[in-house]
Formats: sequence, structure tokens, C-alpha cells
Amino acid sequence: MYNKTITELAKGLRSGEFSSVELAQAFLDRIKQHGVLNAYITITEGVALQAAKAADARISSGNAELLTGIPIAQKDIFCTQGVKTSCGSKMLDNFIAPYNATVVDKLNQAGAVMLGKVNMDEFAMGSSNETSYYGAVKNPWDTNAVPGGSSGGSAAAVAARLAACSTGTDTGGSIRQPAALCGITGLKPTYGRVSRYGMIAYASSLDQGGPMTRSAEDAAILLQAMAGFDEKDSTSVNQPVPDYSAELNNPLAGLKIGLPKEFFGADLNSDMAAVLDIAINEYRRLGAEIKEVSMPNLKLAIPAYYVIAPAECSSNLSRFDGVRFGYRCENPQDLTDLYTRSRGEAFGKEVKRRILVGTYALSAGYYDAYYLKAQKIRRLISEDFSKALSEVDVIMSPVTPTTAFGIGEKMDDPIQMYLADIYTIAVNLAGLPAMSIPAGFINGLPAGLQIIGNYFQEARLLNIAHQYQQVTDWHKAIPNGFE
Amino acid sequence: MSLTADDVNKIAYLARLAIDKEDVESYAKDLSGMLDLMTLMGEVDTTGVKPMAHPLDQVQRLRADAVTEHDQRGLFQAIAPQVETGLYLVPKVIE
Repeated sequence: MYNKTITELAKGLRSGEFSSVELAQAFLDRIKQHGVLNAYITITEGVALQAAKAADARISSGNAELLTGIPIAQKDIFCTQGVKTSCGSKMLDNFIAPYNATVVDKLNQAGAVMLGKVNMDEFAMGSSNETSYYGAVKNPWDTNAVPGGSSGGSAAAVAARLAACSTGTDTGGSIRQPAALCGITGLKPTYGRVSRYGMIAYASSLDQGGPMTRSAEDAAILLQAMAGFDEKDSTSVNQPVPDYSAELNNPLAGLKIGLPKEFFGADLNSDMAAVLDIAINEYRRLGAEIKEVSMPNLKLAIPAYYVIAPAECSSNLSRFDGVRFGYRCENPQDLTDLYTRSRGEAFGKEVKRRILVGTYALSAGYYDAYYLKAQKIRRLISEDFSKALSEVDVIMSPVTPTTAFGIGEKMDDPIQMYLADIYTIAVNLAGLPAMSIPAGFINGLPAGLQIIGNYFQEARLLNIAHQYQQVTDWHKAIPNGFE
Repeated sequence: MSLTADDVNKIAYLARLAIDKEDVESYAKDLSGMLDLMTLMGEVDTTGVKPMAHPLDQVQRLRADAVTEHDQRGLFQAIAPQVETGLYLVPKVIE
């Protein structure tokens, strides 16, 4: 039953083929059986079985929703009341969240069954899940390879069938990149579409939560439950939430797809180019029209991102001071010693790098040259997207330069790791919605296709992804040993 | 743009972040590499471009000045490193 989609599981639960308790137990057993993947930081067996029991009662009383009784993995960045919420850091290893994130509340209300909290790069800073205090997650397609990051645990759990679906967050590609490297479907919504309340902040003007699932159809169901205006998030956008499943079956005839020439040049890896070529041809067959677009400022996305994100991170992470919650060092000599040592001992190297760069970029005399400049460039990038999206309906591109790389391969060279974010981060700067869907394999490892749409066009993206998944089987592939 | 070990120590102090002595050089190298990435930005003329802080150019919402939170001090302090009679404890700051 762990190979079924959300819709199939919901049907099985209603017909009495299996109960939610049986379903939760089957997934919990699998999680333990495949502990070697290190996908979960905390398994919440008691919470899960209790929620499953309530779901069974709700289903038999006839007022269940589609997600009622569906086992889900929560990224450990979302606060879960009474359950450890570590954000992948030693800083929060002892942190039991006193309240729920809005996303968690909404999914609980829908009746989803949380199996546990999944692993991630420390404070969502990383592209390989190797910066986690709890160790690297392994890619189910090749346990010597990374699952991507920062939502690496979420992606590995869904790919290995250790959850029916999961939540993720995306600041520079953290939903789409691991989705691509693990062969699953991931959607980063428009900035402001999903509440950030209770989602531990990394870079507040970029962070956005979204669904990570095995198909676009499932992503539509999960996004439906996650999206919506939230009074408690001051950046939440007050816009009605459409029915994300309603447009899934619309035909694609006449769809205009733009391919940015800056992403399809000589720099693109030839194997990746071949995968994308086949995928784009599939869209041609579905009736789409393909057009080249130009976005000259895309090359500035990495520099601008690596100013803005660290600057916001240095400010956001100043709250971890060893006073009110989280880690505190032993025997502090004075207040400065308490601050510096608590932070120094509890943050990992990548987090420290970003705090330092951000602090530098915001310091007196450098603010204009770095932060303000990066914000201006952010507008230029956003304008490139606006112009391109006035000529075409969606933009397609690679998600990653290569398939999953080896664990340990890039850890000594942070800059190389940053450069691999080239295809995903511009989307965050512009605040646009984008998806990653499985589009093929290179030497046995999954490769993804990115679909970028205009603001609040999530339903359109899901439709475009779903139509592709009706004529291809890439999203149905199961890694060896996890059938 | 390259940072010295001295620069790193200064920045680390601003960030209230203890860094192991033996790691300072490697941070100086990594941070310099990150700043090198950013030099590309300097080549672009951004005169007259309005900085973009929110992707949808939204401003922060204001709410009515009414009490919406109830007292949860006990709950929040239950996870604090050190509290006494409802107060957070830190080392002595005034001699």
C-alpha cells in the first residue's frame, strides 16, 4: 500500500481495504527497516498512531477530507507542538516547540497523519543535506550519493516510500533540487502563498514552504491544504486559494513554453541537455509551442542571492543567543562569552560562513555596496522574468547541472556547491512559483525538469506537470530495494 | 576582495560568534571566495533601479492595536536554559 498515490490511499481508506492505523503502522515499520537512509530525525510513532485512530473515526463518520489518514513527513523546520523541532542543528537539539506552525495546524486539521520529522541541512543552509547535525541523508537511488538539500530528508522519504508525501521549504532551490535528485515532484509556491508562521526563518524574503510528493496530482492535494492567507504571517498574501486539482486535466494545446537561452548554452551538461530535449519534445507532442527567451541578468542571481540570503540569515539567527531557548554553553564567564560560545559551539561551519558573510555585508560602510546593490539586481532579475512571462506562459529549464553527486564530494569547496544552485535561485529572488518533476535518468540517477510560472499560477504549473505525467512514467520509477 | 584573519575575527565579534583559532584562516579563504562571487554585481549599472525587498512589492500589514496573545510565560520558560521565579538568568552584567 505504500506505493499508492494520495488519491488511491484515500480510496482504500474509504472502502475499508485498510485502516489509517494499519497504513501508519506499515510506513512506521518501513521507516525503521530503512533507517540507514537517515531520512528521519524524529519518528513520532505515538503521535502518528493517535492521529491515525482519529482519522479512522473521522472516515467512518463520513466527514473526512482527501488527506485524512494520509501519512506525511514534516520537514524538521516546521514547529510541531510538544515534538522536538531541531532544524537540523545542535542549537535546537533540545528544542521542544511550544506551538505549531500554521502549515502543521492546517495539515493536522485536514487529518493528515504525521509520521515524524525529516532531516535537512542545518537551518536549511546547504544543497546536499550534509550540513545536518544529524548526519547526511542518503539518496535512495544510490546510497553513496547525496539526496540534495536542504529538504533532503523530505525527498528521500518520499522517494523511498517512507511517507506518502512530505513538506519542504525552498529558499534557493531547497524543494526543487532534492526533488530532482531523488526523482520526485516538488513545488515551490509563489512567495506569500503558504504561511511562514512557525517555519524557522532562514532568509525571510525568500523562504517558502511547499509540497513534495510522488506526482503532480498529489502535489495539488497537498498544496490545497497548505496554502492560504495567514494573519500570523505579515508577508502572507491575502488572495483566494483556487481549486488546485480542477485544472489538472486541461489540455496543453497552444501552451507557450519559453526556454531561456542563458540556461541552454554551452555550459549545460550534454547528458542533462539530452534529457531535457526529450522532455520538451514530449510537450511539443502535447501541443505546446516552444520559444527561445532571453534573460540577460540570470548570471547575477548567484551573487545577489549569496548577499541577500546570508544578510537575512545573520539577522534571523541572532535570536539564537543561549538565553531563552536552545543550546547554552557550559560555565559562561560573562554575557558576551555566553552569546559567542553558545553560538560558536552549536552552529556548524556552513551556518557560520553565512552568518559571517551576512554580518559583513550589513556592516557599516558595506551595506550599500552589497545588500542594497543585491536588492537592485534582484529587481533586474525579476524584470527579466516579467518580460519573458509576457511572451510565454511558462519557462522550462534544468533544475540542477548534474544528477546527485557523491557524499563528501563537494563539502570542501563551498563555492562549487553554491554554483550548482544556478538554475533554481533566480526564481526565489523573483518570488515566482516553480516545480521540479522527474524527466528521466542519467546513469541510473534521476534528472528533473523545472517549470516556472507567473505569480499565483500554481494551478497552471500543476496542470502542465500532470499532463506530462499522464504520458510518461518517470515519476513512477521506484529505487532498487524500495519496491 | 580578500579578507584577512583579522577581518574575520572582527566580523565574528560583531556576529557574537566564537570561532576556533585554527579555523580562522579557512573562514578567511571561504569568505573571500564568496565576496569574489559578488564582484560580478559591481559590473552592472543599477542607477535608478529601485531596490526590491518583497517579491510582490507588498508592504507590511498593520493590525489593530488590540491584545491578541495570552500569557504563556510558563510554557515558553519551560524550554529556557535557566530561569528563576519567572526570570531568564544570564551571567552578571553590572558589577
